[in-house]
Amino acid sequence: MSKSLTTKEERLALFQEWFSDTIPHSKALGLKVIDARRGFASMQLEWREEFVGNPETGVLAGGPLTAMLDGCCGMAVATMLKEPMPFATLDLRIDYAKPATPGKPVIAEAECYRITSSVAFTRAFAHHGDPKDPIAAAAGTFMLGTKGQVTRAQSIGKEAIGKEAIGAEPKI
Amino acid sequence: MSSLLERLAEARKAGDVGRLAEAIPYARWMRIAPENGTGELLTRMRYHDDLIGNTFLPAIHGGTLGAMLEMTAIFHLLWETETETVPKIVNITVDYLRSARPVDVIARATVTKQGRRMVNVFAEAWQDDRSKPVATANAHFLVKSSDDAPPSL
Repeated sequence: MSKSLTTKEERLALFQEWFSDTIPHSKALGLKVIDARRGFASMQLEWREEFVGNPETGVLAGGPLTAMLDGCCGMAVATMLKEPMPFATLDLRIDYAKPATPGKPVIAEAECYRITSSVAFTRAFAHHGDPKDPIAAAAGTFMLGTKGQVTRAQSIGKEAIGKEAIGAEPKI
Repeated sequence: MSSLLERLAEARKAGDVGRLAEAIPYARWMRIAPENGTGELLTRMRYHDDLIGNTFLPAIHGGTLGAMLEMTAIFHLLWETETETVPKIVNITVDYLRSARPVDVIARATVTKQGRRMVNVFAEAWQDDRSKPVATANAHFLVKSSDDAPPSL
């Protein structure tokens, strides 16, 4: 683990900085990183008028949830990489279980449950505080080792989670 | 009647589908709007820096492509089908085919199957070259239901 990052708060502050700095859309949504550990990431989206899809009801559009779930699944993948590498979403399925309640923040929790040398598998839920009462469920697959430079958001596994992170194991 | 359906009636009268986007705050914020200038109903997401998901490549955030494909399907259902309610999304699966560069994204939806309550829609997004899609999606929408009806085929 990097020297100064001893507390959870310090780690989360660093993840937040990297996440917001290298992913402008996440910053535009105001996504707040609330947890990240090996194989797991969680973030929060505040309700805002401009995220509304149905002006009659004030219910959020699917889009902000899609972007948050994609980002949260991606962060869960990053926590699993011992050696940082660029990766990209291959596919993402979202089931909209129930409408988000207007005015309430939405929490996303993502798990990376399997990683191979080229693909990572994730699942996630979005909810208002009770994961058993989901607003949306997601399943995302990520392609590892894609083109380009590794971003800081993609390198949290090595830089900030350190020895806790397990590497991509070529089992397939 | 919802303001979106009222807006739809106005847009039809004026023959300007673009007005649909004005009724949806998220579409305005994302600069996603339908257009039918060429006679074909397309949806465009105008490039702006807030769409970026990877500053190094740079590439548009995958979540915004999913969002845009979903809006494309909704605009299509509102404009091309005789919907009596605002379509409610049940689920969507997005396939990411290429990284999207920092320019406009254009998409087109088609109805694969129209049921009485449920519609299956396919949508495809591209940038400069239509033969090279950046993302595709399949989605289900409820188009006629009571609010508490479970989504079922």
